[in-house]
Amino acid sequence: MIPTDSRGLVLDEPLLFEQSQPGRIGYSLPDTEVPQSAPPADLLRDDITDFPELSEVDVIRHYTRLSTWNYGVDSGFYPLGSCTMKYNPKVNEVAARLPGFAEIHPQTPEALNQGALELMYRLEQALTEVSGFPAISLQPAAGAQGELTGMLMIRAWHEARGSKRTKVIIPDTAHGTNPATASLCGYEVMPVSSTGILGRDAVAAVMSDEVAALMITNPNTLGLFEADIRAICDLVHEQGGLVYCDGANLNALMGISRPGDLGIDVMHFNLHKTFSTPHGGGGPGAGPVGVAEKLIPFLPLPVIIKEGDDYHFDYERPQSIGRVKSFYGHFGILVRAYSYILAMGGNGLKKATELAVLNANYIRARLEGAYALPFKERSLHEVVFSEENLGGGCRTLDVAKRLIDYGFHPPTIYFPLVVAGALMIEPTETESKQTLDDFCDAMLAIAAEAEQDPDKLKQAPTRARRRRLDEVTAARKPRLRWLP
Amino acid sequence: MRYLPHTNTDIQQMLATIGIADKEALFSGIPADCRLSRPIDLPPGLAEVDILAQLQQLAAKNAQVSDWSSFLGGGAYNHFIPAVIDHLVSRSEFYTAYTPYQPEISQGTLQGIFEFQTMICQLTGMDMANASMYDGASACAEAVLLAVRAAKKRNRVLICKTLHPHYRQTIATYCRYLDVELIAVETDNGTTPLEQVEQLLDERVAALVVGYPNYFGCIEPLSELAARVHTVDARLITAVAEPLALALYKSPGELGADIVVGDGQSFGLPLSYGGPGIGFFAVREKDMRLLPGRLVGETRDLDGNRSFVLTLATREQHIRREKATSNICSNQGMCALMVSIYLALHGKQGLRKLADINYARANWLREQISTLDGFALPFSTPVFNEFVVTCREPVADLKKRLEQQQILAGVAIGRDYPGLESGLLVCVTEQNSRKQMEQLLTALAGEK
Repeated sequence: MIPTDSRGLVLDEPLLFEQSQPGRIGYSLPDTEVPQSAPPADLLRDDITDFPELSEVDVIRHYTRLSTWNYGVDSGFYPLGSCTMKYNPKVNEVAARLPGFAEIHPQTPEALNQGALELMYRLEQALTEVSGFPAISLQPAAGAQGELTGMLMIRAWHEARGSKRTKVIIPDTAHGTNPATASLCGYEVMPVSSTGILGRDAVAAVMSDEVAALMITNPNTLGLFEADIRAICDLVHEQGGLVYCDGANLNALMGISRPGDLGIDVMHFNLHKTFSTPHGGGGPGAGPVGVAEKLIPFLPLPVIIKEGDDYHFDYERPQSIGRVKSFYGHFGILVRAYSYILAMGGNGLKKATELAVLNANYIRARLEGAYALPFKERSLHEVVFSEENLGGGCRTLDVAKRLIDYGFHPPTIYFPLVVAGALMIEPTETESKQTLDDFCDAMLAIAAEAEQDPDKLKQAPTRARRRRLDEVTAARKPRLRWLP
Repeated sequence: MRYLPHTNTDIQQMLATIGIADKEALFSGIPADCRLSRPIDLPPGLAEVDILAQLQQLAAKNAQVSDWSSFLGGGAYNHFIPAVIDHLVSRSEFYTAYTPYQPEISQGTLQGIFEFQTMICQLTGMDMANASMYDGASACAEAVLLAVRAAKKRNRVLICKTLHPHYRQTIATYCRYLDVELIAVETDNGTTPLEQVEQLLDERVAALVVGYPNYFGCIEPLSELAARVHTVDARLITAVAEPLALALYKSPGELGADIVVGDGQSFGLPLSYGGPGIGFFAVREKDMRLLPGRLVGETRDLDGNRSFVLTLATREQHIRREKATSNICSNQGMCALMVSIYLALHGKQGLRKLADINYARANWLREQISTLDGFALPFSTPVFNEFVVTCREPVADLKKRLEQQQILAGVAIGRDYPGLESGLLVCVTEQNSRKQMEQLLTALAGEK
């Protein structure tokens, strides 16, 4: 059944600052308990101008109402391609809030936080087993920082060998972070075009002794396994380069194929994708990196080591690229990921991958024809359609907005760039056949509407809290803060 | 498995629709030599009750600050977290959403970030702020990159040694392979000496980075530093690891900072062994288009209703690719929400009163410790809620001795500051009662 007749109460809510009343309070504080004192007068600030003054009830209602304007995985199907919006298990939230995890200070002596270090050590071992990389750093804060960490290690490895390579090969299907990261490491980007699957010959044509690394995503952003990956890794290695893998799509490979076994030298994980930690409206995530033996000396600081039954942070690593953030990792996120691995077990992780791929291929089978499928190869965890077959002059954006009226979060749109008007659908394994059928029914209904009544798409959404936004004015005359 | 809804019948029907015989055929695109030929060697999945039992065991091996008397700071602060925060952020409409790419169904996240950006501006005294960064250290590194990019031909950045060591190390990592020269500025009486800054400033310098309060808890002479930095048209980057100080001390914006970064963990985020924190990043209007990270702006929808949307995307990696202002493609959305709720709840009055309590208690304890035999205050500069004491007893011994009494006395700073091996960084917040402080004093005086 397609839920087009839903109704709900959506309450308006002004900005915090517009509700503020002088003298209203929402805090409770302990007594000072010691004599009052203050810094020298010339250092003291006046009131924080226009800062809000609200009651506790004001604050509760404000954010409760705001929450109802959002769509999350718990609201419904969220097939955002490349983002792996799987269900976020609730026990993980309980785990991260255990006082023995949430209330521990990072400057506490290591001997007093052995449980936290042990948890992280075990998580590293589990990630090693899933990915095939002999060593893991949990330090990077997110996927993009994992990428930066990985590419800095590649550069450090080259420098340690006295090699002064200047270029990095990146396929045109790659996520935008790849070129941005290469450039942060002082590398020049050499794009290589790939039609679906990157061929060894395409890499051979641009590979040279000036190339430090190839950055690849596997499966790639079309959901296709890079079938030449072993030959490509061999080729790059033969000519003195290293291979970086963007691990965003690891959900397609658990128990099926291990990137570390294929010749890849470094890969980042997105724990907020593959390992079910919440996306949080845009973070915090966690972006551990796995590395081959030769890159272990270059791992960022610190590194967790086990000596006997004791766990420590090792800082004495002269070849390390150094520190990429404060303290060590997004511990609260790492606890959630470990809790997920405990729940799934080895077999469960493989089953998750199988069902994620099954779900994506089921959607593909049901929608192919009504929507154009530019790449026919067997795809894995996601499927990318183009806007080519749409009638009534409708575009991908119109389909996306009309899906909102049907009660679904739209897929990723206009990415990857190699597909005209891409609709990139990643259902994940936590969605049932009924949900997928509802979604496919909606997609087919929208394709029919495009032919018969295209205005339904072009005016969409009409049932959300807001209609389409004027994004041009937002960028031309930016208003990035409230002013009285 | 409870997270996987498929019945066997579902699977059979789906395979039939796809037109394949079994699940194995789904993976026919993967060459045989790329396949894993054995099961994943991890234990079988556990029931929820067993997961929690196992994790409780690990959690029990950690020193949670509620069971200890903790005077630890140094970049992570043990402040009280009102119950409201966890209740609100547990609404899964917030935490199970992603980056608000579809603004029509993400106005909750978007308005929340717009309010966050506004409150960060108000607190720091700056014109505009982004939607947040990973943490204070990485935000500080991104600020250095911004300053170098903005200054075009200048590549020298002065880093005050009083800046948090993790921030300094992170800057060094981010700049490792870029054409940026980092020069350390020495320290005197716990702050940055103006004469040395004057000597180092010339037209090669893009920026000076200073902590406020700095790692020693001291208040740096920001306006004097700003005046000097501006004589050569460089930028003053101010990094704030304990932003509660900004409710009491003049804002960096008011004192002339060009970029203000820091970590908002103090505002409602659990310590969580140091992560996730939340970086904030605020600039003057002139640097708006050089900002890294996400930005939310105000606009209207087709019906003319006020709405919020991600904007100025042309700075970002998904459009600009290798020419982007940063490779960052997310923020710390959930943490920004926690900070916003915390700030809204405390408001103008509460935040100041809380800062007053922190100041009064820390300065009282500092005074009391200075009267103890075997302890001294190496710096006379004003502090907020952290301060350095030097001890006659070796710091490692002292810390161990107090641990026996369930007291975490402070952070040893000798490893990062040669010459200050006898230094202990002590932090006091509203979580440290007078009774706790008196116990600390007794314990410190106990043996020498």
